[in-house]
Amino acid sequence: MPIPRFWREIEQRYKGIGSRCKNCGEIYFPPRKVCPECRRESFQNMEEYELEGTGEVVTYTEIHEPHQEFEMLSPYILAIVEMDEGVRLTGHLVNVDYDEVESGMRVEASMRKLGEESPKGLIYYGYKFWPIDD
Amino acid sequence: MKTKEEVGIKGYAGYVPRYRITPKEIGDVWGKDGESMGKGLRIESKSVPSPDEDVVTISTQSAKWAMQRADVDSQDIEAIYVGSESHPYAVKPTATIVAASLAASPDLTAADYEFACKAGTAAFQTCMGMVASGMIDNGIAIGADTSQGAPGDALEYSAAAGGAAYIIGSDDLLAKFRHTCSYTTDTPDFWRREGEKYPQHGGRFTGKPAYFKHVTNCTNKLLDETGREPEDYDYAVFHQPNGKFPMKAAKRMGFSKEQIEPGLLVPKIGNTYSGAVPLGLAATLDHAEPGDEILVTSYGSGAGSDSFDIEVTENIVKIDDENVPRIEEIIADNEFISYSVYAKYREKISEGGA
Repeated sequence: MPIPRFWREIEQRYKGIGSRCKNCGEIYFPPRKVCPECRRESFQNMEEYELEGTGEVVTYTEIHEPHQEFEMLSPYILAIVEMDEGVRLTGHLVNVDYDEVESGMRVEASMRKLGEESPKGLIYYGYKFWPIDD
Repeated sequence: MKTKEEVGIKGYAGYVPRYRITPKEIGDVWGKDGESMGKGLRIESKSVPSPDEDVVTISTQSAKWAMQRADVDSQDIEAIYVGSESHPYAVKPTATIVAASLAASPDLTAADYEFACKAGTAAFQTCMGMVASGMIDNGIAIGADTSQGAPGDALEYSAAAGGAAYIIGSDDLLAKFRHTCSYTTDTPDFWRREGEKYPQHGGRFTGKPAYFKHVTNCTNKLLDETGREPEDYDYAVFHQPNGKFPMKAAKRMGFSKEQIEPGLLVPKIGNTYSGAVPLGLAATLDHAEPGDEILVTSYGSGAGSDSFDIEVTENIVKIDDENVPRIEEIIADNEFISYSVYAKYREKISEGGA
């Protein structure tokens, strides 16, 4: 990944910064410059929106044939999480066993190492999810 | 060293990775009696970070929880110092990544510290000085490590991972720093050269002229300067490279087993280096009540100690544990792994072609 691309996405990856249409209130993640519902009315009318970081598991699977970058973590759990704001994110589930996971389980984003450019290169950090009690 | 203005802890929290390995499991691989080594070191298990955990992730999680506890807005954090000897980058600060992830950037000062196992308490003192002098209102001091032990080396039985973060300020304090002092010499007991993956150590030399000399002298200096006695304190936290050293040092100085027990985490999680004293203090604060007095002495090889005299305030009872787990809860959530998985996670074996 080129340095500028990673750097541009730091806000999204570290803090869950998406965008909100000031016209209709819809929240988007990753952030959008234009609301697909309001179109022209949303132009220059979108604001930054920080996701709370909590949501629930919609669906999940265990990956046994990982991408080369995730070989160290194999097998790992990948889930689609619906955040409390309504947006859906794909992310790893950590600090939990596969047989403990269920749809509807409450989860929270926590910062983890997502990968690296190379052993000499940049380290990419971002969100993964883990279970919470509430 | 006494601060002119009141300074203390507004919030604290720690994080310990979930995986554990036993000394027996390590010893079996190297033809050693790991079980008795574990007993000698008073270590039942040590924590192991997942491949996606490092000092950045441990620091970020601890600081996030500490801020929740302190109820401080991220934009009100004016300094972040991260103490560690396992910063993920040799050049590029951990503290900037932590600051960005906490949404504290860009209006703050930030830097990384390294002083073997006492880099975390060095960060405490920096934040204390900045708060007491009026330079900042709120700072974050973090001690965290994913420490390294060479395969087969004695360190492998203890080198673990974890950390804790402290929000340091002057109002709404959970605990006050009443006094601090340090004791610093040039003592070559443990080191890691630039570019080397694993540290070297002086074996038995790490004991008497290193750990015991510094911890004892610094603690006694604090007692002299404050005019207090060991029995005046409800709790004491000493650096814990293993379970044996802090017990021996405490006994020699006149502290009881009961005083150090709540903060003695090394038997369950191993030596978390820069994270050890901050985590031990956090576990002690989890047990503390208003008016409790805590003595803390860290130790960093190379070598030095920092001591602190801490008084817990009535605000400690207001802590809501709903969203922030106590240290004992974090430690209780664990999963034991084999040496082969540990070796893979700690990159002690390289994958083909990698």
